[in-house]
Amino acid sequence: MRNTYVPYPVRIKDVIVETEDKQLRSFWFEFLNEEDADAFKYIPGQFGELSIPGYGEIPIGIASSPTEGKDLLFTVNKVGNVSSRLHNMKPGDIMGIRGPLGNSYPLKEMEGKNVVIVAGGFAVTTLRSTMNWLLHPDNRDRYGKITFIYGARTPGMLLYENEWRTWMAREDCDIHVTIDRECEGWDCLVGFVPTVTGEVAPPAENSVALICGPPIMIKFTQPVFDKLGWQPDQIVMSLENRMKCGIGICGRCNVGPYYVCKDGPVFTKKELDKLPPEY
Amino acid sequence: MANKILAKDKLDDFIAKLGQGAEVFAPKQDGAKTTWQAVSSADDVDFDFVNTDMSPKDFFFPQTECMMHFKNDPGAEDGMIFQAEEVIATPKSILNMRPCDAKAFQILDMIFVQDEMTDDLYWRLKREQSLICGLACNEPCPTCFCSSVNCGPHHEVGQDLQLVDLGDKFLVKVLSEKGEAKVDDLPDAADADEAKAAELKASAEAAMVSKVSTDKIAEKEILELYEDAMWDRVYEGCLNCGTCTFVCPTCHCFDIQDEVQGDYGRRVRNWDYCMSWLFTMHGTGHNPRGTKKSRVRQRFMHKFKYIPVKRDGEIGCVGCGRCIQMCPVNIDVRQVVDQMNS
Amino acid sequence: MQQRTEKIREMAKQLLADGAVDVVIGYRKGTVAMREQPFVAHTPEEADELVWTGFCCNNLANLMPRREDKVGVVAQGCVSRNIVGLIQENQVDRDRVKVIGVPCLGMVSKRKVEAAVDFKPIFEAIEDGDKLIVKGKGFEETLERKQMLRDNCFTCQHRNPVIDDGLVCDKVDDAAGGDIDKMAAPWEELEAGERWAKFNDTFSDCIRCYACRDACPLCYCHVCFVDEAKPQWCGKTQDTADVQTFHILRAFHCAGRCTDCGACESACPMDIKMRLLTSKIEKDVRALYNYTPGMDIKATPPMSVYRPDDPQEFIK
Repeated sequence: MRNTYVPYPVRIKDVIVETEDKQLRSFWFEFLNEEDADAFKYIPGQFGELSIPGYGEIPIGIASSPTEGKDLLFTVNKVGNVSSRLHNMKPGDIMGIRGPLGNSYPLKEMEGKNVVIVAGGFAVTTLRSTMNWLLHPDNRDRYGKITFIYGARTPGMLLYENEWRTWMAREDCDIHVTIDRECEGWDCLVGFVPTVTGEVAPPAENSVALICGPPIMIKFTQPVFDKLGWQPDQIVMSLENRMKCGIGICGRCNVGPYYVCKDGPVFTKKELDKLPPEY
Repeated sequence: MANKILAKDKLDDFIAKLGQGAEVFAPKQDGAKTTWQAVSSADDVDFDFVNTDMSPKDFFFPQTECMMHFKNDPGAEDGMIFQAEEVIATPKSILNMRPCDAKAFQILDMIFVQDEMTDDLYWRLKREQSLICGLACNEPCPTCFCSSVNCGPHHEVGQDLQLVDLGDKFLVKVLSEKGEAKVDDLPDAADADEAKAAELKASAEAAMVSKVSTDKIAEKEILELYEDAMWDRVYEGCLNCGTCTFVCPTCHCFDIQDEVQGDYGRRVRNWDYCMSWLFTMHGTGHNPRGTKKSRVRQRFMHKFKYIPVKRDGEIGCVGCGRCIQMCPVNIDVRQVVDQMNS
Repeated sequence: MQQRTEKIREMAKQLLADGAVDVVIGYRKGTVAMREQPFVAHTPEEADELVWTGFCCNNLANLMPRREDKVGVVAQGCVSRNIVGLIQENQVDRDRVKVIGVPCLGMVSKRKVEAAVDFKPIFEAIEDGDKLIVKGKGFEETLERKQMLRDNCFTCQHRNPVIDDGLVCDKVDDAAGGDIDKMAAPWEELEAGERWAKFNDTFSDCIRCYACRDACPLCYCHVCFVDEAKPQWCGKTQDTADVQTFHILRAFHCAGRCTDCGACESACPMDIKMRLLTSKIEKDVRALYNYTPGMDIKATPPMSVYRPDDPQEFIK
C-alpha cells in the first residue's frame, strides 16, 4: 500500500544541454534510496512525473532504457513553470520522480517483426529508450530488421548524437538521420522525415512502426505508410496531454474514454481512429 | 440479514449507537441551505428535507486537501523530500444520505481505487472508515431522474443501512455486516412492514416524473456521438463556470498545486472542472479542448458515454438533479441526454 | 409580460428574416421553476421560442464578446448599459449589434420566493400582473411580485434601455423606487473590524466555481487574473485568503463598470451577496467621479483615463 502520489526522492547526477537553442536539456537522476530504484521497474514507452517541490510536476517520457542500469534519463523542453525551474537546477539538487506511469510500447507483440522507428525533433526520447532496449544483446535476436529514421530542423537540434552515431556503426540496424536543409559539414541525409520514410521503410508485411514527432510530421508521414500498404494497427504512436495525477483519476488527459496517463500514452493508429482527436 | 424496525422514539438510542467511536453527520436545513451537520441526538436531525445543496463527496474528497509536505530548504537533511500527509480517517457515520448520493460513492470507489498504482489513499482510507445509513426517498422532486440512470428512490447500493420512513416508524434495511452491528438490538421487521416499504418504493418510483433513456447512447459509436451536430447548440448559453461539476456527486476531477511559505512547502489538491479552459491547456499553448463547445461536450460524454464504455455500462450520473437546479443558465442534463439518445 | 414576449418574437423574426442579424440572443422557457434559459435563435422559426418573464436573471451582454457574427440582443436597462460598456471597451461593435430594447419591471429573486414558502420545493411559479403564484406539492401561495424582486432590481435607476434599435413596449418609470445608495450603507457604518468580519462571513460559503465571474459581462478577459500561472497572483485552494483575494480583486476590476445587473448573485449557487462589495465601489465612483457606468457610448470610464483633477484624497 504505497501512496503513489508521493514521489521517490532523486538526485540530479548530470545535466546535458542537448540543443543549440538550449531549450532542451537532459537530466540523469539517481535514486536516493536503493529500494526505490528496485521498485521503479519500467519498460520503454512509459513516463514519469518529474516532481519539483514548490513548483509542481511534469509528465515526461523516460529516455533511458532499463538495460542501462538504475539511473534514469529524461530530456526536457523548457516551456512552463516546472520545466523552466528544472532547467535552472544543477547536479546534486534533490527533487522527486513518480512512476513508472502509463503503458509502454508493445515490445512483446513486436517480437519476430521488423521495427521501423520514426522520430521528429525532441519527440525522440522514449524511442531512444526503445532503441537501446532493442539493440541490447538480451533482446536483439527476438526482432527482425530495425530501421531508425530521425529528423530535426538543423544538426544542432538533433538529440543524442553520440548514440545514433554509434548505432550507425553497427550492422544490425539501419540508421537514417536527416535535417531539413543543407548545412555545411553535415554528413547525413537532407530532407523531411516523411520523404526519407518513403525511401527507406520496409514493406508492410510483418512490420510495426513506432512514430513520435510534431503533429505536422505525423500528418505527412501517415500517407507514406498508407501508400506502402501499412494498416492502422501496425502504426503505434505516443500521445502527450496535460496531466496531473498520472494514474487515471484527475480527469484532464482523456481522449474519449481512455486516459493518456494510464491507458496510454501509447496507442495504435487503429485505436486513435475511433476516438475524438482531443490531443 | 433480517430487516429491522426503528421506533421514532428510539432515534436517540440509534444515533448514539451510530456515534460509538464515530462522528455522526446528517442533513439539516440551515437558513436557505440544507447542509451536512454534526448531530448528536434526534433533535438535531431533520427528516423532512429534500437533499443537501452540496453532495456528500467532500467527506472523503474535500475541495482542498493537503497531500504531502516538504521542508523547503535544500541544505537541510531531508530538505526538498516530500513526506506524505497522514490521512486523518476519523470514523464517520453518515445518516440520511439519499440513495442517489450513496450510489455516487460506488462510482467514485471504482475511479479512485482501481489497482495497485491507482489506489487513492486519501479517498480510500477515509471511505473505509465510514458507515452510510441511507434514507429512502418517498417523494422525489421534479428534477430527480435517478430511476433512469441505474439508481432509484429506494436504491440500496453504497449503503450499510437504509431507513424507510413508514410514517410512525422506520423500516431499517440491513445492507452490510457493518450496518448489522449497529442494529442488532432492534426488533425484526414484520411482513406487514416489509409490504408497506415495498408499497412506498413503488409509489416513489411511480412519482418520478422525469425520465431519460440511454439505450441508444450505449449503442452508438463514440465518434458518432462526439461528432453529432447537437453539440453546436448545447453549449451556446453555457458560462463555463464550475457550478455543475462542484455540486455533482460523481464529478471528481482535481488539480494539484504546490505552495510554499518560508521553509514549509506543501502539495495540495483542489477540485477542478472540465469547463475550465485551463484544465487541458498544454505548456506549449496547444489546447485539446480549447473551445467552449468541446468542454461542454466533454462533461456529458464523460458521464454518459466514456464512463459506461470504461466501467461496464455504469453511468457517471446518479440523477440527483443538483446541476439542473443550480445551473445559472438552466442547461438541463435531461434535455442533453435526450438529444444524445435520439 | 406576454405582450413583451410577442413583440420580442416579432422583432427577432424580422431581424433574422431580413438578414440584419445572424442570431438573436434572448431567453426561452426554462425547465425549472423561476429560471429561463439563455437561448440563441438562429432562424425566424426558432425566434418563436423566445420569451420574456420575470425570471430572466442572466445578463445576455455576457454572450456577446468574441462573436464574429451579427447579433440581435434582447436587452433591458442594465443589459443595454453593459452593451454600452462593451462598446466603450472595444469588445463589441455597435454596427454589428441590434438591440431589442425591453423596458423592464425587474426580475424575481428565486431565493426570496423560496424563503417566502419556507424552502419547500417549488414546482411552478406563474406571474399574474402584480402577483406571483407559487405551486409545490400540496401548496399554492400568492405573493406580491414587487416584494420578491431581486435587491438590484428594487434599487434599479435605469429600467429602460439606454440604447436600442426598437422598444418592445412603452417606457416605464426609469427608477424602480429603491434607494441605490442604501445598499452600501450597512457596510459603511461598521467599524473596520466588524466590516472585515461581515466580509468574511459573506464570502465564507464560496466554492470558487467562478459562476459570478463567468456570468458577468465585465469579465471577458481571455485569462482572468485568478487563472494566471506566470505569475500566480492568487492561490487555488479554499483557504480564506485565496477566496477573499479572488473576490476583492474581482470587485475592484469591476469598479466604474458595474451596472448592478445582479447576474452574479443570481448565478451564485451558494447565495453569496457579492453586490455588498460592488455596490460600495459603485457608490464611491458616483461620489468621486460623478459617473454612472454604461450610459453613454462616447464617455470614458473613470478608471481607464487620467485627469489632473481626479480625486486623490483616498490615496494614502
